[in-house]
Amino acid sequence: MKTYFFRMVFATLLGITLHSVQVSAQGGMFATTAGSTRFSASTPLENIEAENKKSQAILNTANNEIAIRMNMRDFVFPNKLMQEHFNENYIESVKYPTATFSGKVDKAPDYTKDGQYDLSATGKFTVHGVTKERTINGKMKIEGGKISITSDFNVALVDHNIEVPSVVFVKIAQVISVKANYVLTPYKK
Amino acid sequence: MKILRLVMMLICSTSTILYAQDDLLGELSKQDSAQTIPVTATFKSTRVVNGQSVETMKKKHLDFRISHRFGKLNSGAYQFFGLDQASMRMGFEYGLTDDLMIGVGRSTSQKVYDFFGKYKLLKQSSGARNIPVSVTLFGGMGITTVNKELEFQDKLYYTAQVLIARKFGERLSLQLSPTYLHRNHPDVTGDEKVLLAVGIGGRFKLSKRVSLNGEYFYTAREKNTVNAPYYDSMSFGVDIETGGHVFQLHFTNSLGMIEKQFIGETAGTWGKGDIHYGFNISRTFSFDKKNKKKPTHE
Repeated sequence: MKTYFFRMVFATLLGITLHSVQVSAQGGMFATTAGSTRFSASTPLENIEAENKKSQAILNTANNEIAIRMNMRDFVFPNKLMQEHFNENYIESVKYPTATFSGKVDKAPDYTKDGQYDLSATGKFTVHGVTKERTINGKMKIEGGKISITSDFNVALVDHNIEVPSVVFVKIAQVISVKANYVLTPYKK
Repeated sequence: MKILRLVMMLICSTSTILYAQDDLLGELSKQDSAQTIPVTATFKSTRVVNGQSVETMKKKHLDFRISHRFGKLNSGAYQFFGLDQASMRMGFEYGLTDDLMIGVGRSTSQKVYDFFGKYKLLKQSSGARNIPVSVTLFGGMGITTVNKELEFQDKLYYTAQVLIARKFGERLSLQLSPTYLHRNHPDVTGDEKVLLAVGIGGRFKLSKRVSLNGEYFYTAREKNTVNAPYYDSMSFGVDIETGGHVFQLHFTNSLGMIEKQFIGETAGTWGKGDIHYGFNISRTFSFDKKNKKKPTHE
């Protein structure tokens, strides 16, 4: 009798959890796991550029929430020594493995209509364990059921406690320019 | 009953995980939970001090190394405590793949040309695949050209090493290096052709760019005999990293900078103050053109 009771509880709970999954999937979610995030810290002395082709982005068109996440280890540098320094000394990717943005699209476009829109999103931007409230501008293109987001913005090293010591011969720009390019498709769980 | 309680707990925990999905970032982080994260920078350089480290050059990266060992500190003020004399090795080392590198070098001491290959067999990693240590295989040979009377065969020597290292947290890395050394014609008559040794080395990071390194090679033979008037090699150094360069400054009782010399023929001993000051300068160049091409943006 007892076993029967627990089996019932089990089934009900399972039903509830499955139901909640279905509900959130209907929210009109668009996502990618292969977004490109590039940054440049170049100076006249040295070319310092890297690209992360595994950036993750997700947009919920129902409530305009947007989140972006990337592993710092996935930034690829042409010079592998720079890559090692980036992970070990500057960004400390063991301690702070990801960079994230989590916020809301300010003035949402009509997602069902194809077209190109200027866009801004406000939310929490976290790099190197330091979170800043930021509004980031970009462009959104809606075409054939896909949402493309591009953005160009700057990150000041000092804002995120990223230290460049004077012993480094190679000069690194104090403000990093970042270019993001994400193509989001309907998200299936 | 216990099983039931377990099942209940399981259900509860699953439902909390599912609840967390409402958070979009949580949803994203769920996608890469099964990653294998390799440990990087077990050592700053391809050398601990004299000996090889588990590190290899990355694909299409060239390392130009210049190493110096000065004379003995105990040689007195007349020799400016060793700085008047210098022994040098110059080397070019290149990564064929991320795991396989080759190198060539020339030492002034004994006028040796050395060639080697290094292959990363195992990489310490955590996450989906958990590997506790990094293992790198080293194979080298060299030609000693200082003695012109010798047959070509007799100028050759060979080294084989298995390098096993582990990075314990952010600061400490330790390495064990069992070594097999074969000289076709040992320098001193009566010395054995084959020498077995085991090295223990390590690095301790003092700051982000400075580390303290140490290394000791135990050789399986009697020390300072008539046939083999040699000691074990012991070295201490500091690695300083500055962008594309790594400077390694050290004190060692070995004059030579290749395995045959510092493992097999270390003539000095710390006890008597036969200490050489020395340095390695390593400069890395990237020839990876493919990655330099800029991806197009809309």
